[in-house]
Amino acid sequence: MKYVDEYRDAAVAQRLVKEIERLSGGQPMQIMEVCGGHTHTIYKHGIEDLLPSNIELVHGPGCPVCVLPMGRIDDAIAIAKTDGVIFTTFGDMMRVPGSQGSLLDAKAEGADVRFVYSPLDALKIARENPDREVVFFAIGFETTAPSTAVTLLRAQADGIKNFSVFCNHVMIIPAMKAILDSPDLRLHGFIGPGHVSMVIGMRPYNFVAADYGKPVVIAGFEPLDIIQSAYQIVVQLSEGRAEVENQYSRVVRPEGNTRALQVMARTMELRPFFEWRGLGFITHSALKLRREYAAWDAELRYEAPGLRVADPKACQCGEVLKGVIKPWECRVFGTACTPETPIGTCMVSPEGACAAYFNYGRYSMASERAEMPEIDLSSIDIKLEDIGK
Amino acid sequence: MDNRLNDNISEVIDKIERVRQHRRNKFYLRDQHITLSHGSGGKATHNLIEGIFAPAFSNPLLDTMDDAAIFPINGTGQRLAFTTDTFVVNPLFFPGGDIGKLAVHGTVNDLAVSGAEPLYLSSSFILEEGFPIEDLRRIVTSMAEAAAGAGVTIVTGDTKVVERGKADGLFINTAGVGIMRMNWPMGQLQARPGDKILISGTLGDHGIAVMLAREALDIETNTVSDTAPLNSLVASLIAAVGEGIHCLKDPTRGGLATSLNEIAIASEVGIALDERLIPVHSDVRGACEILGLDALTIANEGKLLAVVAPETAKTTLETMRAHPLGRDAALIGEVRAEPPAMVFLRTELGGTRVLDMLVGDPLPRIC
Repeated sequence: MKYVDEYRDAAVAQRLVKEIERLSGGQPMQIMEVCGGHTHTIYKHGIEDLLPSNIELVHGPGCPVCVLPMGRIDDAIAIAKTDGVIFTTFGDMMRVPGSQGSLLDAKAEGADVRFVYSPLDALKIARENPDREVVFFAIGFETTAPSTAVTLLRAQADGIKNFSVFCNHVMIIPAMKAILDSPDLRLHGFIGPGHVSMVIGMRPYNFVAADYGKPVVIAGFEPLDIIQSAYQIVVQLSEGRAEVENQYSRVVRPEGNTRALQVMARTMELRPFFEWRGLGFITHSALKLRREYAAWDAELRYEAPGLRVADPKACQCGEVLKGVIKPWECRVFGTACTPETPIGTCMVSPEGACAAYFNYGRYSMASERAEMPEIDLSSIDIKLEDIGK
Repeated sequence: MDNRLNDNISEVIDKIERVRQHRRNKFYLRDQHITLSHGSGGKATHNLIEGIFAPAFSNPLLDTMDDAAIFPINGTGQRLAFTTDTFVVNPLFFPGGDIGKLAVHGTVNDLAVSGAEPLYLSSSFILEEGFPIEDLRRIVTSMAEAAAGAGVTIVTGDTKVVERGKADGLFINTAGVGIMRMNWPMGQLQARPGDKILISGTLGDHGIAVMLAREALDIETNTVSDTAPLNSLVASLIAAVGEGIHCLKDPTRGGLATSLNEIAIASEVGIALDERLIPVHSDVRGACEILGLDALTIANEGKLLAVVAPETAKTTLETMRAHPLGRDAALIGEVRAEPPAMVFLRTELGGTRVLDMLVGDPLPRIC
């Protein structure tokens, strides 16, 4: 496939891996990929298995689904169950459990929950259903916040009153700072989020390099992007440098997207603090609607419990997210907490670090570690190039 | 706070193994209500079947959990295969087919992959008040054509009408019987280490075609549903390969990933795939990239998955490719003794990952 295959060249990957192996010289290095999209690529393409065993990828807090605390999901469900409401959400929020079930369960119990691909689709539903109240469940980092902002501006311009936004947008920089400030930190560098950086640019990461001495490489989402970024981090470490580099320059501009930042600033402002699942309360880490947009603010328009639901005590997701412990080192891993009965967020989504370890478990942990033999085509007389592509 | 860590690796591995074993033996149904996931064909569907239907109806024929029930006809020495399927696809018409065509092919294929020659079908309709007769005529004509094309006869049926709003246009159920053409043990219990895995063509076409027809996504592709009757392809395989065929499946809901996991669990074998060998149409790949889907978990309606003895793999591939429905056939992997009940994928980048059953449902009402 054009524009994609060139980022998936196995030979190039092998060369980079060899270089990483040489430069790192067997030194254990923990590199955090902050973004959930990167985690997805890493699993989908089996990148952990390709990298030398001294390079450990730590899966960070960049999955907006995973970091939303249970209490906010309970609030969303309460709004969804309000009479006359059509509750719209991205598909991947549907299965995430609150304290009393998920939005999918609420839908099964009669709530009108619909999944949409963009907030503008939610606004369209509001236009088509003038006698109903349509609420959009806004989640995500700086990547999705601009489209929520544009939708709010549109709703305001067109005078659409039966539409509101349940705002849960969060920001990556405060979360990274919280991780860097944790006393048990053991990370050596960061693979920076590509799409977030497309909006915020490179400058906000400077403190990571300047104040904490850790390299940041902003990366794209193809497998070679990730491997190359890991390589750039290893190069920096081997040369004793800590800088912010942009591997994803085909998309990310150093100054970011100023238009997107402007529309966000027009419609949203910082919350004093916000709770992150697994990480606790982080100051100035989330956005809410500005007072001028109160008419479209679901938090002001609907009754929701607004209760904080504590993460279960035994759960050590916070330590896993910070890279302090490996998933299988958690007390409840594999016993009380499994993909079928998750306790913590890392076990909820199949891409969560714990769920991945659970499924891949004994192969990545055991020393005999999945050296999967080549699929043996020799017993039948077929050449590779005759098969498939 | 108790900060005791699981620091003994072999203990952890044992623990995971116990839980895995436990999960395999016992399915948990914790839900209070039916959710759309229960219709996905993936894990939730399995939990529902194992939690509700299997214990209530349990009998030796059902308990094999194959695509069709197979039983002897008294005194004749012959065996019949019997199956049923219901169709709720939305929209009713999509590129490459419609609900009627799907309803015929779905049941024909369940019989075919069980090793039976499909003979007779029933068809039952649940119609919503107000449904256009013209649409019904189109669908029924399409069913008649599909039946003729597959060489089966629709011999009985039923019609019910419900009030407006109580059904989404129309739903169709078909059931079918066929006569068994194979007399050796075949099915998802029969995969053996060393066996080769083949697929008759590109994956994900049906699911993506329906999804793009349904959602106004403005993604332009030439993707059409692959809905097709597999009985003649299966017949030529039986003739050419014979007892070398250990298992046939049509990877519908949940896609290739789910079908292979079912085989791996049932036969207690490991399955190794090579992503580079798996045929996926470039339009489907593109749509999957944009939508964040995996073609290996997306439904197909006219693809045959074959697990065959290694010495017959070449004949199987040649036979598939000689058939109009198998032109893009490929050898995609093999069966291993270890690790039991798991499917591995060697990625095109050269890494390795576990290919799990579909969890949740990215695309409801696809068939």
